[in-house]
Amino acid sequence: MKQAVLDFMARACAMEAEAAERYAELAEQMWAFHNREVAKLFGKLARIEGLHRDQILEKMGWTEAPDPSAFRWETPEGPETTDYGELHYLMQARHALELALHNERRAAEYYERLSEADIPEDIRREAAEMAEEEREHVRLIEVWLAKTPDPDARWDEDLDPPVSVD
Amino acid sequence: MIDMTLTPAHYKSDVKPVWCPGCGDFGVLNALAKALAKLALRPEDVAVVSGIGCSSRIPAYTSAYGFHGVHGRALAVGTGLKVARPDLTVVVTGGDGDGYSIGGNHFLHACRRNVDLTYIVMDNRVYGMTKGQPSPTTEADWTSKLMPQGTGLGEIKPMAIALAAGANFIARGFTGDPNGLADLIVSAVEHPGFSFVEVLSPCVTFRPEQREWKKMVRGHALAPAADSVEAATRIFADDGMNLGVLYAGTRRPFAPPIGRAQRTPTDLERRFAL
Repeated sequence: MKQAVLDFMARACAMEAEAAERYAELAEQMWAFHNREVAKLFGKLARIEGLHRDQILEKMGWTEAPDPSAFRWETPEGPETTDYGELHYLMQARHALELALHNERRAAEYYERLSEADIPEDIRREAAEMAEEEREHVRLIEVWLAKTPDPDARWDEDLDPPVSVD
Repeated sequence: MIDMTLTPAHYKSDVKPVWCPGCGDFGVLNALAKALAKLALRPEDVAVVSGIGCSSRIPAYTSAYGFHGVHGRALAVGTGLKVARPDLTVVVTGGDGDGYSIGGNHFLHACRRNVDLTYIVMDNRVYGMTKGQPSPTTEADWTSKLMPQGTGLGEIKPMAIALAAGANFIARGFTGDPNGLADLIVSAVEHPGFSFVEVLSPCVTFRPEQREWKKMVRGHALAPAADSVEAATRIFADDGMNLGVLYAGTRRPFAPPIGRAQRTPTDLERRFAL
């Protein structure tokens, strides 16, 4: 396999690894605030991204994912990574799934752009394959979202809010 | 010996942060861990010192040596530590209230002394831990339950103060860009002397409007100047949203000779015995 393709797959693997790490961190944040439902959901998303990372590792015959911090992206972080600033301690499952959907769509678009770019054919082929996998994830999240109720009307109402002055 | 296999995960402790979900400080912890991994420093060769406040919890979340110190005195502790143990990489951390209000005097003199350490200020323009009082960087017209008319006072410009007081490296980062921030921290640690990194770190609880910062910041808009006059011109034209290295000076770091302690801790305890 050409070095350029190896580099591309390393980047793809790092992207999944960073997304998985971030979801795991977000799950911990939610556990700290006793938001069990969303904590479990982020934990599940971390495992899904981890599986995708492991699939790439297996395909490439690698034992360890490359360090995501070794890569730079067009955006501040990887196309599949959730921004820390998007969280709210009272968020509900639908909010979390909407974030996940946004991430999967960004990842799909990233690979679609690469698959149509003026780059070597073998990288375009791998990118097209990755784009299809991400589109499959988009469809899965859309199905998941369809089964998930809308957030309560006053989902962010806290009867003992941190902003209250004692 | 430098261990090249260190990853960011090696610099995080088992203690889980209790910051509010959405807090910018998570991005600083992420960036600091990435920076230390890039620098290939062993955790035991690094000390993270802090004052008091939400952001000052950060030493507990790292696997480096940590000192969660006294309000506003993180720079005094960090300076003493670096002078006594120049072999350690000392990173001092804290918030805008801790660093610019009660710790304002230490900030001035740490810049002036130019001891070789890095100071990371997580600026959210509010005292978060004590429920939302205005800090020295809070905008004059920001109103809250505690300050319904706003302070009416113009906010200070920490980068201008750092430059005037003699800091040898001055930069601004944003928590929504942990990779860019990690690079700034690497440059700050590598630069000799006192390095000051101002980090825009949103407080989503007391300043939810700061979520918009990610649309306002301009990456790497600050080009480094080696000339303090040029840096001063840039900083006074700055709106606070430009990221990058503002100033990288050439002052020699202050490193007093290390002497042996004249008294042991036991001698000191004896003096305080009743």
